[in-house]
This record gives sequence, structure tokens and C-alpha cells, in this order.
Amino acid sequence: MDKIVIIGNGISGVTAARHIRKNSDNEILIISAETEHFFSRTALMYVYMGHMRFQDIKPYEDWFWEKNRIDLKFDRVEDIKTDVKELVMKSGSSITYDKLILAVGSKPNKFGWPGQDLLGVQGLYSFQDVESIEENSKNAKRAVIVGGGLIGVELAEMMLYRGIAVTFLVRESKFWGNVLPEQEGQLISKHIKKHHVDLRFNTELDEIIADENGRAKAVKTKDGEIIDCQIVGLTAGVSPNVAFLKNTNIEIERGIKINKFLETNIEDVYAIGDCAQFDQGVNGRRNIEQVWYTGRIMGETVAQTVTGNKLAYNPGPWFNSAKFFDIEYQTYGWVFANMQEEEADFYWEHPKGEICIHVVWDKDTGLFKGLNVFGIRMRHDLFDKWLRDGAGVDEVMANLSTANFDPEFYSHYEKEIVDQFNKETGRNVELKSKKWWRNLIGS
Amino acid sequence: MVIFLIGLAIFTTTPFLGNVKMTEAIMIESLNEQELINLEVPLKEQLVDKEFSTTYGFSRAFIAIYNAKNDELKANEEWSMVMWTKPGTVALNLSRASNDGVVTQNKWLFFFLTFGLGIIGPLFYIIVDLKLKGPPGIKNDGIYHDRATNRGWIGVLTGVWLVTFYILLYFHPYIMSDAISLTDPVKGLFKEGAMASQWFLYGLLYCISMLVMGVRMYIKYRHNKYQIVRTTSVLFFQVIFAFLLVEILPLFGLPGRDLKNAMPLDYTFLYKYNIQELLEAGQFGMFLIIWGFVLSIIVVPTLVYFYGKRWYCSWVCGCGGLAETLGDPYRQLSNKKMWAWKLERWLIHGVLVFAAILTVFVGIHTFTSLNGVNDGEGISTIIGISAFDVRDWYGFMVGAVFAGVIGTGFYPIFGNRTWCRFGCPLAAYMGLVQRFKSRFRITTNGGQCISCGNCSTYCEQGIDVRAYAQKGQNIVRSSCVGCGVCSAVCPRGVLKLENGPEAGRFGNEGPIVLGNDGFQLNQ
Repeated sequence: MDKIVIIGNGISGVTAARHIRKNSDNEILIISAETEHFFSRTALMYVYMGHMRFQDIKPYEDWFWEKNRIDLKFDRVEDIKTDVKELVMKSGSSITYDKLILAVGSKPNKFGWPGQDLLGVQGLYSFQDVESIEENSKNAKRAVIVGGGLIGVELAEMMLYRGIAVTFLVRESKFWGNVLPEQEGQLISKHIKKHHVDLRFNTELDEIIADENGRAKAVKTKDGEIIDCQIVGLTAGVSPNVAFLKNTNIEIERGIKINKFLETNIEDVYAIGDCAQFDQGVNGRRNIEQVWYTGRIMGETVAQTVTGNKLAYNPGPWFNSAKFFDIEYQTYGWVFANMQEEEADFYWEHPKGEICIHVVWDKDTGLFKGLNVFGIRMRHDLFDKWLRDGAGVDEVMANLSTANFDPEFYSHYEKEIVDQFNKETGRNVELKSKKWWRNLIGS
Repeated sequence: MVIFLIGLAIFTTTPFLGNVKMTEAIMIESLNEQELINLEVPLKEQLVDKEFSTTYGFSRAFIAIYNAKNDELKANEEWSMVMWTKPGTVALNLSRASNDGVVTQNKWLFFFLTFGLGIIGPLFYIIVDLKLKGPPGIKNDGIYHDRATNRGWIGVLTGVWLVTFYILLYFHPYIMSDAISLTDPVKGLFKEGAMASQWFLYGLLYCISMLVMGVRMYIKYRHNKYQIVRTTSVLFFQVIFAFLLVEILPLFGLPGRDLKNAMPLDYTFLYKYNIQELLEAGQFGMFLIIWGFVLSIIVVPTLVYFYGKRWYCSWVCGCGGLAETLGDPYRQLSNKKMWAWKLERWLIHGVLVFAAILTVFVGIHTFTSLNGVNDGEGISTIIGISAFDVRDWYGFMVGAVFAGVIGTGFYPIFGNRTWCRFGCPLAAYMGLVQRFKSRFRITTNGGQCISCGNCSTYCEQGIDVRAYAQKGQNIVRSSCVGCGVCSAVCPRGVLKLENGPEAGRFGNEGPIVLGNDGFQLNQ
């Protein structure tokens, strides 16, 4: 029986622990310096906004861990002595392991801006970040958010709930420009502005200006404009949290270097989730993946390996989702910000401008490559199957109604979408639809 | 809000605005022969023409006389003269007839000051949300920061008010005599000069609460058509079936019954007086008897098979309707813990078993007595237990205390579906069908769940939806009433209420969530 120690109680580490327990009787210990129990990081905003209490974003009740014989330790790892398989803890104690899984997550990016460590300047990632923003938002009138991505929008929503005005500085010319194509970027930008966010494109942060107490009082942009504010939110991405490993034998670059089996350069030490950096991106993916879902998949995979079934990280087709204020977003397969050479695409937008669909396929073969959808829900299992089986774009379009996952009674737009698709592409797809009585009995 | 509070305050003070003076004529008119023989002398001595400033004071005095006389009769073993009507009921009738206070003199005015203000105030308060809360979408901001909805002092006060209301309504209605009388004019719209009972006041209040809070639902969920359609349905069934038809049918000499009320929720259906009344009502009554059986034995399980119990619980049912409108702000307060689920299973199925036994008992009694066994009294005791005692006890514990006082009174404390989750025997019955033989499920969308917990938090039935969703499993639970809010609040489009083939209704049998091609275990 091995003693398996997992550092980090986020989704990656906890998924690994759960699956190790499913497969084995090994001793399992999860160490975290953030919180005693696992919580859903993505839901922190809802606690601040009063949708839920902190206890509600814990996916398992507190008795779960003991019942499943998963030990928890609330302490910080200061050093790892890989030669003797020992962890040095902040509390002074030391912990030995047989196998070690590093699932230590990431940290908000700071790009060396002057004033980036002032009071009132912060990211939104950890439980502690929410505590500090609670403190920072007392008496705040305006927040400046730097970096146009998902976390930036969450932070904007949070600020607006507390009546704090938001100025949103985006380096690119549109929102989430490195991920979203032009049309979707515009659609979301409009929606953000509709919520009274002062959204500034092509604007970069130059420095953060301090008051006499060492607290941020304004930011200066590269154009020289000064914007008074009490909170500065740094949401320009995250990077692996690896600083504490600098003096260990574990190889680090931007993240903890691993092969496709999630193994580091040291035997019996693995890394998963946000903090891991593959020597080579798997299945054409980036070599550092900082997404909830990939963390979970890595956790499932490493659990197999450490319990004797050595497996390579082999995620299925890419998928992701998010919500921007009131608009939900889902993506399946690859839709890049800029179409590739061999790709053709089709974009449909509802006249009211809050629902759209963007389909990409191979120009020559008609092979379906991916889809972005805003304001409509789609079935993951169906798209997963189409992408794995190499379905053609015509098949996807013909079955859009089946793929729809919106709640019952919602308005459907598949007919408009397919009509426009046929008109624009000269293809001849016939939308499959069900008889009314089959809908009635749900067959 | 202020307008609402004024209306509420006036409503709450009505019990203190009475002016009761019972004349001899009223006494003679209101009491039946036996009561008159028993009570005429002491009432004349102590009550007639005496003034009371509240119906409470009057009723207390009356009940004291009534009980004293009854005790005396019992002590003397004059059983044929003992009065069996509840003294509170008689007190209510007398005080209704004798009340001549400011409220009863100005019924329409007070109706406007209470119900009117109580409607207008909240509507203003609700309608401004259209602008204040921004574009359509899920707006749960601040629910746990608001003392009305996080079990704060406003919530506790609301609970105290509701519990008091229910206790008075069920057990001491004479205190509310003035409040009841101000609905007389509305009752009069159905039948000239008719007097409202406490149940009319309750029915009216029920409908109005649902309609006003229904407007709130329409605004809150204006982006979500499932919620809009469902709310419309539940309002329709409450106002038309549970209220208007019940008032209108008697005008045509027909029994006023709520056609959608199925056994065993409707535990009075097989009571002798009910069946007898229906039998006497000719063809329509016969239809109601047959419908009662067809509804409970055929219609209910068939529809549950196709659509889940939601067709009843959150589309048709009155209790569900109130929970989904008036109770919606409190849905997050249901307990999600494992122990609560265990308690739920014991309680609700216990009530179901009990209700089933009661129904059989009462059914046997009614059948045998209508067929003249034992001189028309029927078999009233089975294995030494009196069917009357059992049903009275059930009516008190389950019908009044559980469904009313705890079920609704504790909305702001335990959430809005306490009765539906822990107590309703019909829900338990449908739940068993839904769990084991139904095409309904909540589908989890592959691996898109981020374990945020909105679904579990806003599940009024206390189902830990997330526990299933994060494993890629579908949600197949007997307690799910299909309100659709988990699907609505999900930020990632993970949940969908669906009817579909029974095969595969449980979804991913995992342990691996969709999106990982590394391996599949259960193939």
C-alpha cells in the first residue's frame, strides 16, 4: 500500500484523489494552504455576489473526506526533498510520501507594471482573493480591470453588484481577442457595454499610482490618461504557481515540466492541472492548459497511472463554456480567433444581437471542425461524437435541432440558421425535424 | 414596499377593530335548536347586549360558557344534549353575525386598504425590477445578503406572521372574524348577500398572493419560456379550478369541488359526508366520484410516466403553485445535507403509508355505512382503532400542522417546499412512479459541469443536483418536482429537463466524465 500525497485541493487534485480511492486502497493525503476543504473556484464570484454562501460552493459535505479515507492537511509546503521523498511544511513538520502529485494551480499574471503590488491591486483566483476584494470594495467608487478575458468579466459583474463603477482596459481591439473571432467578440463587447461597463479597447495599463498610504488611487494608461479608482483588478491570464519549487530537483520552465503520462523528471512525482507544462501539447492543444475541464481529465488520468494502469493524457475533442453577464457560451472542437487557411466558416446572429452560432469546417473535405455558440445550449455528447467520428458539416447542420439543449418551450432558430447557411454556402442541407406528437411524448 | 406594509399592518390590526354586540335575535338565528336549549339562559345572563371591543374577547367569553355547559352535561351524563360542534366554529358564526365594528361597516373600504394596498404595493416594488435589475437573465444577486431571504430578522418576522396566521386560521378563526368579513363583498359577487367563511378569505388570499408573486415570476424569468409557461399553468389551475369553479359550481346546485385534487393528497375524498353529498348530486356527483378514482389511479401515474411528477407538482397543484410564486424567494433555504434526504425518505413515505391506510379505513367505513351495515353506521373500527380518531388525528397533524403551519408558515426558514418534500403523500406516490417507471429525467450535458453549486442551492426540494451533474450522471430522483430552476440558474448550460426513452435515462454510468478519451471503463 502506497502513501500518495497530493498538493493542492482544487479540481485536479481532488479528482485524482477520488479516482485513486475508487481504484485502490492506498493511503491518500491532500495538502492545501488555501482552504481546509475543496470548493469550486469558478463559483467564488457567486459568493461575493450573494447567490450562494461559501458552504454552498463546496461540492462535498465535510464528512465526505473521512468517509472515503482521504486525509486532509491545512498547511503550506515549503520545500520538497525528492531524494528522501519528504515534504517540509510551514508548520515545521515534515511529511513523507511514496508518490507525489503536484496540483498546485496558478497565480494571476503580473507583467511588471509599476505599482502592481500596491494595496487595492489584486487578481481573482483564490479564496484569499475574494476575502481581500471584500475588504477592498468597502468605500470603493470605481474599479479598473486590466485584461479582457473571462475572469475580467466575472470581476466586472462582481463590482457592479456592489455599486462600483467599472472601467475595463483591453489591450486588443475586441473582447477576448486571442480566443474569439471578430463577430463573437463584437457581440460580447456590446453586451458588456449594455451593462454600463466603460469598456476601452486598444488600451494598455502603464502604471498604478499610489496614495500616501500605499494604496492604489488611480491608474495611468499608455495614452497618458489617468483614471481614478480604488480597486485595480489584474485579470490578464494566469501562470503556473511554481515559485516554491525553484530550489527542488523538479524541472520547471513556465510550469512543471511533464511528459504525456503526467510524469515529471523525478520518479514518482506527477503534475496535473494548471501548474503542469507538457513537453509537447497533446492533440494539438496548448502545452499549458488552465481550464477546469482539463484539470479534471488530468486528475482522472493520473489516478490510473499511480494505481498501476499507466495511461497517457488523452483528452477527447476540445470543449469549453462560460457565461458573460447574461449570455452563455459553449464551444466544441476548434474555432480559432482567426480562420486557418483551409477552413471555411458560417456565422449566424439573431437580429437582437445576443444569440449567435459560428460553425467551422474544412473547405475541401467538408469535415466539421468546430462550433461556437452564444445564447443557445448544445448537446456535448452529440458534438463529441461528431468530432470523434469525423462528421461532415452538412450532417451537423441537418441535425441542429437534435443537438439543441435549450430548456423546453424555448424559441428555436435552427430553420433560420440552416436557411441562411444554404443561401450563403450554396449547400443544400435539409433540417431534420421531429413530428409534433413525437415531441409531445418525448420519443 | 411601504404601501404593502401599510396594507399588511391594517390587515393585521383588523382583529382589534371589532365591536361585538350580540342581540337576542342574532343569538336565536345563529344557534341551532340544541345549542339554543343548552345555552340560551347563560348567554342571556352573561353575553346578550354586552359590548366587546374585539371578536376575540367576545369569543373567549362565549367559549367559556359553551365549555362550562358541556362539562356540566357530561358530568350529569346527559349525553344526548352534549354539543359536538367545535366551540370555535360556533363562536366564529356568532361573532361574524354580531360584529358591528369599523371594519364591518366599511367592508369595501377596508378591503381596499388591506387587499388593495397589499396588491398595489408589491406590484410597484416588483415592476421596477424590470429596470433596476438590468437586462433579462438570472438575477440572484444579493439573495444571501438580504435579511428577508437569508433567514435574517425580516425572514424570521415573516415566518412568525405566517405561522400566526395559519394557527389562527385553523384553530382560532373567530379572532380573524373582522378580516373574514372584509371579504364578504367579494363573496357577494358570487352570491348576493352570502357570507364569507374563513376558507373563502384563505382562498382569496391564496389566489391573490399567487397572482401578485406570479407577476414577479414573469419578470424574474422573462428570458426563460419554461418558467413563463409553467407559471401561467399553475396560476390558471389555482384561479379557475381551485377557486372560481369551487365557488361557481354550487350556484348551479352542483357540489363545488376542486377537480384537480387527487387522492391521497385529497384525504377527505372518501369521507362519508363527501361521498354522500356527491351521490345526492346526481349525474355530476357520480361523475366526480368516478373522476376521483380515474384521476388518482389512471391519470396521475400515466402522466407521471410520460412527463414526470412535474405535470402535477409544478404545473397544476395549488400547494406547489403557492410554493413556486410566493415561495420562490425562499427556494435556496431548503436543506441539501445528506441527513435531510434521509429524513425526507422516512417522513414522506411514512405519510404515504399512513394516508393509504387511512384511505382504505375510511373507504371501508363509508362503503359499509352507505350500504347499511350496522344500522347505517358502518364498520368504524378496524383492529381496534377507530377510523374517526385516525382521520381526525391525520387531519390535524398532516392536513393542518404539516401542510399549513410548517409547510407554508416556515417558508422563510426551511424554504418553500417543506410540505411537498417531506409530507405530501401524493408527491410520494408520484415520486415512486417517477423514480422507477418514468421517461422523465434531468439530463446532464456531458462534461460541462463546473461544480459551482447554483443548481443545488436553488433546488427547492433540497436535491444535491451538482452531485450528479459533476459526475456526468442524469438526475433521476423521486422528489424532483421539475420546476426547471436548476436548469435556469446553471451558468454553463448543463441541465435540461427532458422526457425520453427509459433506456439510458440515468446517463453516464462513469466514473469517467465525458471529454476524456484516455479510457472508458463501463463499455
